[in-house]
Amino acid sequence: MTKKVSRRTFIQGSATAGVVVAGSSSVILNTKESWALSTETLSADTAQSLLVMARHLYPHDFLGDQYYAEIVSGLDEQAKNDSAIAEKLENGVKDLSKVIEGDRTYHLAFKDQSSGLQLENLNRIDGDDFFETVRGATLNGLYGNPRVAAMFGFEGSSVEHGGYINRGFDDIGWLPK
Amino acid sequence: MAKTFDKNDDSVVVIVGSGAGGGTLGNELAQKGVNVVCLEAGKRFTLDDIENDWNTMFGRLSWLDARKGTGDLLAGLPLWVCKTVGGTTVHWAGASLRFKEHEFKAKSAYGNIADANLLDWPLDLHEMERFYSMAEDKMGTTGTHGIPRLPGNNNFQVMEYGANALGYKECHTGNMSINSEPRDGRPGCHQIGFCMAGCAIGAKWSILYTEIPKAEATGHFELRPESMVLKINHGKDGKATGVVYVDADGNTQEQKARVVAIAGNAVETPRLLLNSESSMFPDGMANSSGQVGKNFMRHTTATVYATMPGAVYWDRGTQMAGIIMDEVHNNPNRGFVGGYYMQTLPGFGLAWYSGNVGGMSKDSPGKWGRNYTREVVENYRNMAGMWLVGEDMPQEKNGVTLHESEKDQHGLAVPIVNFEDHANDVAMRNHAFIAGSNVYQAGGSKKQYQLGPFPSTHNMGTCRMSKNARDGVCNSTGATHDVPNVFISDGSQFTTGAACNPTLTIVSLAIRQAENMANMLSQNTI
Repeated sequence: MTKKVSRRTFIQGSATAGVVVAGSSSVILNTKESWALSTETLSADTAQSLLVMARHLYPHDFLGDQYYAEIVSGLDEQAKNDSAIAEKLENGVKDLSKVIEGDRTYHLAFKDQSSGLQLENLNRIDGDDFFETVRGATLNGLYGNPRVAAMFGFEGSSVEHGGYINRGFDDIGWLPK
Repeated sequence: MAKTFDKNDDSVVVIVGSGAGGGTLGNELAQKGVNVVCLEAGKRFTLDDIENDWNTMFGRLSWLDARKGTGDLLAGLPLWVCKTVGGTTVHWAGASLRFKEHEFKAKSAYGNIADANLLDWPLDLHEMERFYSMAEDKMGTTGTHGIPRLPGNNNFQVMEYGANALGYKECHTGNMSINSEPRDGRPGCHQIGFCMAGCAIGAKWSILYTEIPKAEATGHFELRPESMVLKINHGKDGKATGVVYVDADGNTQEQKARVVAIAGNAVETPRLLLNSESSMFPDGMANSSGQVGKNFMRHTTATVYATMPGAVYWDRGTQMAGIIMDEVHNNPNRGFVGGYYMQTLPGFGLAWYSGNVGGMSKDSPGKWGRNYTREVVENYRNMAGMWLVGEDMPQEKNGVTLHESEKDQHGLAVPIVNFEDHANDVAMRNHAFIAGSNVYQAGGSKKQYQLGPFPSTHNMGTCRMSKNARDGVCNSTGATHDVPNVFISDGSQFTTGAACNPTLTIVSLAIRQAENMANMLSQNTI
């Protein structure tokens, strides 16, 4: 199946290597980390911006973008099933793409803004409905991901390993005796 | 083996709810040869349905029917309780403590506290000791009946170190209804963690796989899961005649009954009485005192998480096997009456922890961003945690009312649950925050997070026991003052809440109620 590739962009300042947009869907390719994110409902700009936003919300230098991309994938799935969510996400990213300097407002795609400007914009909308939707999805999508949680010391399901009775439930070593 | 009873059989005892109160009462009656039909709103699961996954089990077990929280409660989820066979004993942590003597006499012990609706219980510790002992034996409570205490996990050892350093005298792994060695056909604890997602091996006592199968084996007990009771019917003599419920297929049924015992937890129990209004009972059944749905208590609770200087891996092992008991005495010089316990409790996994610290702790570096992930999330493996639980004051304004227009899936008015802290509750919580933080500082912690209450798991008092009919809903046997064959059989009957986790007292009261009820049935007094 061939789809007409109408636009191709390369974005700076992120590990994300390339974006292919075909019709209303998009594929974000990361050749360096060997992963790809395809979205069906969210536009490429929205998907990339949400990825950048998720990383700003809960940044960890040792985590590659693919874990954040999975959150965007989850949001795209929600957007596919609920047009209100799709609209909220698209509008939210548009709002983040407003740059307000004194009494002057101009437009710069959120994903293309400097990191400092992105943080300023996130602080501007902190707590609004769109922000909390993406924040909740990032909390659950990132920290609820067993592969991610394991890196922080949450070891997940233990019953299939016989619990911790022989695996260190009382192995604390640093407390003074 | 499980018996079935005819819906027109008006000789049965109908129990509404199969949790700590209803499940215990049902088995105790069945063992005595009394025929019981137990109607449970939730589904029946097996151990195979219990997974080590917080989100999955929260969705599977929790009571998520529409409820509205007001006051200090979370609007969308005021309570965290279960809708399943076995009720909240499926997700409970297992802590099984007796009331202290003075806690049965709160009014006498604490005096007149402004805005508190205090009352002495119509029974005392001496009366309850025999039933506490029977309950501990039934549940295999550690530290009783010669049952060894559980070994201490890492999170406990951090608590114990601080407790010793501060000079606390009573710190151990508690009285837990979790097998420390195989007992009663169930295995010993494997230190799995996830106790509050349900114990996947059945080492923790739960009605689901203890009282229910034992009751069914008698041939005197029928459980009907997915059966939501809507209303209690009564006759011209003012006595209950049966209940109306919606069965698993969505059909409305009536089960006749000689006795109706309500054990739906502290919201559904008064809600059922309020929904059972009639021309004879215009303010709801058994409500001549006006106290149905009032005096809702949920304990004064809070949580302290602490960043320790080394790894703790707090998810490993029995979640609540760790307690400091030294602060439970009543010493008004501390600025409040009543007391509290400190109990180990980890953070329910990385996702809930990472949301809750930001959302619930004023000590947090915000809710998101670089400082948050560095200080809060990336220290996850070094966290220790405890839960603070103490007595709260009954207040008339705290309780359950019915929404004027909003209905649930059965057409019943949605319950509104209100709770606002009493000044005594606030003073106790602040004291406990400092005490808890001190424990961790003694172990080398430089940073603690103080979190306010989670959705309420200990829910009590909304159909309280009283000596005089004007002060409460039921008498010391749990029989309602107004309708002699309607009983309150759960934590709703608590006159006051004491400091300890309520399940052991609920089970003990249910054993006592079964004894009294069986006598009344055989003597034809109900």
